[in-house]
Order: sequence, then structure tokens, then C-alpha cells
Amino acid sequence: MSSEGERSDAETTGGDPGRGDAGDGKFGRYGGQYVPEALMPAIGELTDAYERYVLGNEDGFMDEFRRRIREFGGRPTPLQRADRLSRRYDTEVYLKREDLLHGGAHKLNNALGQVLLAKYMGKERIIAETGAGQHGTATAMAAAHLDMPCEVYMGERDINRQRPNVFRMKINGSAVVPVTTGRGTLKEAISETMRDWATNVEDTHYVIGSVVGPHPFPRMVRDFQSVISEEARRQSLERIGRLPDSVIACAGGGSNTMGTFHNFVDDGGVDLLAVEAGGSSLAVDEAEGVAPNSASLSTGSEGVLHGARTKLLQDGDGQIVESHSVSSGLDYAGVGPELAHLVDEGRVTPVNVDDDTALEGFHRLSQEEGIIPALETAHAFGYLHEHHEELGEVTVVNVSGRGDKDLDTAIEETAQRDVPNAPDMSMFEGELR
Amino acid sequence: MSDGARSAVDAAFADEPAFVPYLAVGDPDYESSLAYVEALERGGADVIELGLPFSEPIAEGPTIQNAVVRALEAGMTPARFFEFVREVDVDVPLVCMTYYNLIYQFGSEAGPRPFVERAAEVGVSGFVVPDLPAEEAGPLRAACDEFGLDFVSIVAPTTDEQRLETLVDVSSGYIYVQARLGVTGASSSVSDRTAESLARLSGVDLPKAVGFGIASDEQAATVVEAGADGVIVGSALVEVVADGHETGEATGTTTDRLEAKARELKRGALEGYGRRTPTPEGTSD
Repeated sequence: MSSEGERSDAETTGGDPGRGDAGDGKFGRYGGQYVPEALMPAIGELTDAYERYVLGNEDGFMDEFRRRIREFGGRPTPLQRADRLSRRYDTEVYLKREDLLHGGAHKLNNALGQVLLAKYMGKERIIAETGAGQHGTATAMAAAHLDMPCEVYMGERDINRQRPNVFRMKINGSAVVPVTTGRGTLKEAISETMRDWATNVEDTHYVIGSVVGPHPFPRMVRDFQSVISEEARRQSLERIGRLPDSVIACAGGGSNTMGTFHNFVDDGGVDLLAVEAGGSSLAVDEAEGVAPNSASLSTGSEGVLHGARTKLLQDGDGQIVESHSVSSGLDYAGVGPELAHLVDEGRVTPVNVDDDTALEGFHRLSQEEGIIPALETAHAFGYLHEHHEELGEVTVVNVSGRGDKDLDTAIEETAQRDVPNAPDMSMFEGELR
Repeated sequence: MSDGARSAVDAAFADEPAFVPYLAVGDPDYESSLAYVEALERGGADVIELGLPFSEPIAEGPTIQNAVVRALEAGMTPARFFEFVREVDVDVPLVCMTYYNLIYQFGSEAGPRPFVERAAEVGVSGFVVPDLPAEEAGPLRAACDEFGLDFVSIVAPTTDEQRLETLVDVSSGYIYVQARLGVTGASSSVSDRTAESLARLSGVDLPKAVGFGIASDEQAATVVEAGADGVIVGSALVEVVADGHETGEATGTTTDRLEAKARELKRGALEGYGRRTPTPEGTSD
């Protein structure tokens, strides 16, 4: 291996109280800054701002962020005991209710943090990519809240799958720019947003939506999202008097996953399970350049995409293949470099469930707990259902988002499949597009 | 990095301003692409940048994105690319322009070495890799040194002095001066920032080739007059290929139009050179 793969993982936050050290952006062999030269100065500027404002709380940035995420966002979110699921599985199941965060998903933690940071940096324009539309809506809300113009790039196919979120972004005053290249999903939206950033880098901040991309994004997004595990860990100790045996979160790019795991990583007794989208099959169709799944942690291999070295769905030549999942938010061929590293280290266990099992989880949480989860989140509950006997006495599941945006998709997809706990689908007849 | 000895790529800039055209290999198909690249040499190319298509070309504008899609759909792969380089009948140095993942994945061992080794075997003279900044370029630079190939760095309008030094340190062959911010693509004017970038690079002992947005003889003349040692033209040539493909034109006709376009751009570069105010020391190289 080349020397770059042997650099150590500088993950300490330094001794200078006024200014943290963002490290070198490597997580073991993953991470880095694989971006066009035109963006390197902006990334350097962002790293500097991250160290000063986020790690160093310069000008009270973090105080303002915490105040706003509390007052505007509604933090802390509850850790709720799932009574019926606990009875069904004969184990203690707790739900970290990120679906109750303003906007209906964990995404606001990061979007608010980054839009605020852009303001501190003197940037005048916000751009973002979005897959399911959750990050786009969170960014649009944060941009309206903080009075910043915002444009969101979204794949054309996702625009059709996630119409309610498109309307929300527009109503908040953001422009939604359709991306028509490739299959028109998250991967293409990220590429197009990077192109905009390379063009307008001097006055524009790119609010990346997950723990992906070049350094410092993976660390910075994780830091903004780690409030999930900061609260969940404290709430577990207060509420249950102990740490959970297992923590489960769904994983696409990995922002809710890293946020949910981060403060548990040093608790060796807590199993961390990242549930990926198994789609319809775990195989890769090389001839078609398609993986009918989004399980890059489970089945991917090391490569370089969108600014970072990480685990990817790719063919033997290194061409990125098209991923698939019933949930737009997990539909991505890469994953955050830190998550890839934690999987290699054996600290995080990658698992996956297929589309059918995710839909089963969707209906179960809706029927038995009165919570309609996002289809992304539903993967975590699919896994809980299949593996509850292996999870120990106390399990925390992150409810990363609510499912209002997914109702059309969930009904259509359920109607086409044999989902054992599906409601009587005849009641939706005539409603299907 | 070349320790005094000039590489073939560097030497191609020595006598007069160089014309450095780009085409995506395999666009719209392998056979036509061979004819098109050969036409570029007849049109006056001094170095040719051959694009190896990658599925996520984040530095490219719509023109080259579409070319990449056409080439990939027609079956272009790294292995076919190497066959192409071996087969194409041109004498000027060939520089491979692609993205790092394809270089990294090639061959049985992870890392850039097998790709560079194979590239050297088939006759590639250097690399331009838009998603590989100097900080991550160490392993590729080392492989290039091992096999005697050039690594061409891109200098952007946003590149500051400190980074400029880092970039020049890892570069050989020529410096790719990005004329404006953004992605590749033809445009109607040449940015003022080009002259600024060239001025900042005046002390660097490598040829400076300007690219991004050059589409006409007049633009080529302007950048050479401003001090460029060469002009890089991609999208304006890819557009000729795209037009030919879309209108169902015979390959021979597109080939002739490409050659004519190349001639126009080379002529522009030479005109710009003639317009320069002579300096006591002559030109920088």
C-alpha cells in the first residue's frame, strides 16, 4: 500500500482551548480531500472556520447553535420506551425520537449548524443536494430562518418520488434545481452541487447533507449530528440507569448513523448496528452497472468518490454503479469514511434488510406504536424484527425521520408486494398514481 | 520533478505556443474516436489530452458530461482505453485525463502503480486528474517518477501563493492553468483572471497551458498574448463530435470539421504569439 494509506488517524481535538484541531481528515485508510483544485482553498477556509467556531466556540458560535437547535429545532428529542414492541419482542426497546425534531428528521441538526456557520464565515449563498428531500427541506428551513438565499439540487427521479418535500422547500423560499444526468438520484445531485460550488465557491457554502465528501465535512457533520447520541446516552443513564446493549440506526450516507453512534463508540459493551438498504438483492449487475441495493458497507469496496476515499458500490474498473432502495434517502453508492473505518475496525456491525422487510417495519411501527417512520428509518425496524433475540436486554433504535413524505411510495410499493402485516390495501384503491 | 531533463510533453511547448486539444476517448464509438484523435494531430496538435471516461465527472460541464455518457454507453473501459492509445496513429505526446478512482482501482494491487505502469507500456506520457489535489497526489507522483511519466497539476483562479508552491513541486510536463472558476465548457470571453494567474506563474520553469472556456481562434490568441505557453481546448471540439453524432453525419465529415477547428485554434495561438510585445530576455521558455 502507498504511504497515504498508512497515515495515522489523528482524531484528537487538540489542546488549544480557543481552537480545536480538525486533524488531517483521515479515518484509518479512509477520508481525505479528493476534490478539484478550485475547491481546495474553500475547503481550507471551511476547515479553519470549523476549528474556530465549532471546535473552539469562537464568538459563541456553539452557544448560538445550541440555543437555536433548542428553540427553533425543538431539542432535546425524547427517548421513548416502545411499549408494544418491547412486549412483542420481550426485550426493552427505546426509541430516540429524531422524527420529532423540527422538519421531521435528524437532518436539521446538521443543516442548521452549517447554515449558521456559513453566516459566521460571511458567505452569501447556500447550496445543497438532496436525495429524499429531507436534507433539502432542513436546509431550506434553516436558510429561511437565518435569512440566506438557498438552492437545492435534486435528482429528477427523486423529485417525482418526494413531491411533498419539493413543495416544502419551495414554500420556504428555496429554489429546487432538477438534476437530469444519470439516474437522477442522490449521486448525480451531489456531483451537480459540487459543480455549482466549483463555479461559485467564493461567496457560496455547500451544505453537504451527510458525513460524506472531503474533509472537514465528515467530521463536521458528525459533530453537528452527535447531539443525538449525546442525548440518547444521557437519557439512557437517567431513564434506565444503564447503557443499552444495542444501538440501531439505518445507514445511507451515514449522518444519522454516526450521530447516533458517536458518543457510544468508546462504550465497548454497546453493540452498534448500521442497517443498510439491501434493496431487492445484494448482487451487483456489472453488465448493467447497477446494484439493486445501497449496501456499500456490507458489499462495497474501497475507492474514491465525491471527495473521499471510502467504501463504494463500483464495478471492477472503478466505475460507480447505480444503487437502488425503496427509500430515496438510503439510495447512494457511497458511505461516510468514518463509518467505513469503524466497520473495518469491527466497532460497527454492518447489517442490511431488503425492501420487503423495510416495508414490514414501516407498517409495524405505524400500527403498534402510532409512529409512521420514514422508509429509511423503517429499515432499522425491519432489522429489529428479524434479530430482536440477538440484541440483549435494552435496545435503542434511532427514529431518524417521520414518514409523511413516503406515504405515496409506501402505499404503492406495499400494493405490489406480499407484505405480511400490510393493511387491507383495497382501501387505497383508486388512490394509487 | 524532472531534474533538468525535459520530458516529451514539456518539450512540445518549446518552440512555439502549443495547441493541446482534448477529446473523450470512445465518443461516440471506438473507431470514430480513433479518426477524430488523428485529425487533431493533422490540425496542429502539439500534445493531446485523451479523456478516459468516469461515471462521476465532477469537474466537467454538460458538453463533456454528455460525451462521457456516450463513450461509456459505447463500451469504453480502462482496458479499451489502453488498446486505443496503442492503436491510435499519432506522434505527439498523449496525456491521459481521468478521475482518480479509475487509476486507483486498476490492476490487482490497490493504488495507482499498475495503472501508471500499463499507461507507460502503451505510450501515455502523462496524467491530468481533476479530483486529485497535490495533497493526495503523492502515490501517483511516485508511480509517475518510477515509469517516467508526467503529472500535470491544475492551478485554479482561487489557488493561493502557498498552494501554488505545493502544486508546482509535484508537477511536471506543464501547468494546467484553469482560466476561470467552474466546470469545463466553451464560453464567449476569456476571463481577466487568466492574466492574473499567468502573472503569478511567471517565475515557474514549466510551460503554462490555459484551459476552460477557450472556443475560438481569437480566444486562443488572447491567452497566448497574455503569456500562455499553450492553449487547452476540450468542449469546443467535443461539440463538433456531438453535432456530428446527433445529425448522423458521416465520420469522415466530422473528422474534416474537427481538423479545421483544430487548425483554427492553432492558428489563433500562433497569432497571439506574434502579438506579444517582445521582451529583452525573449519568452519565458
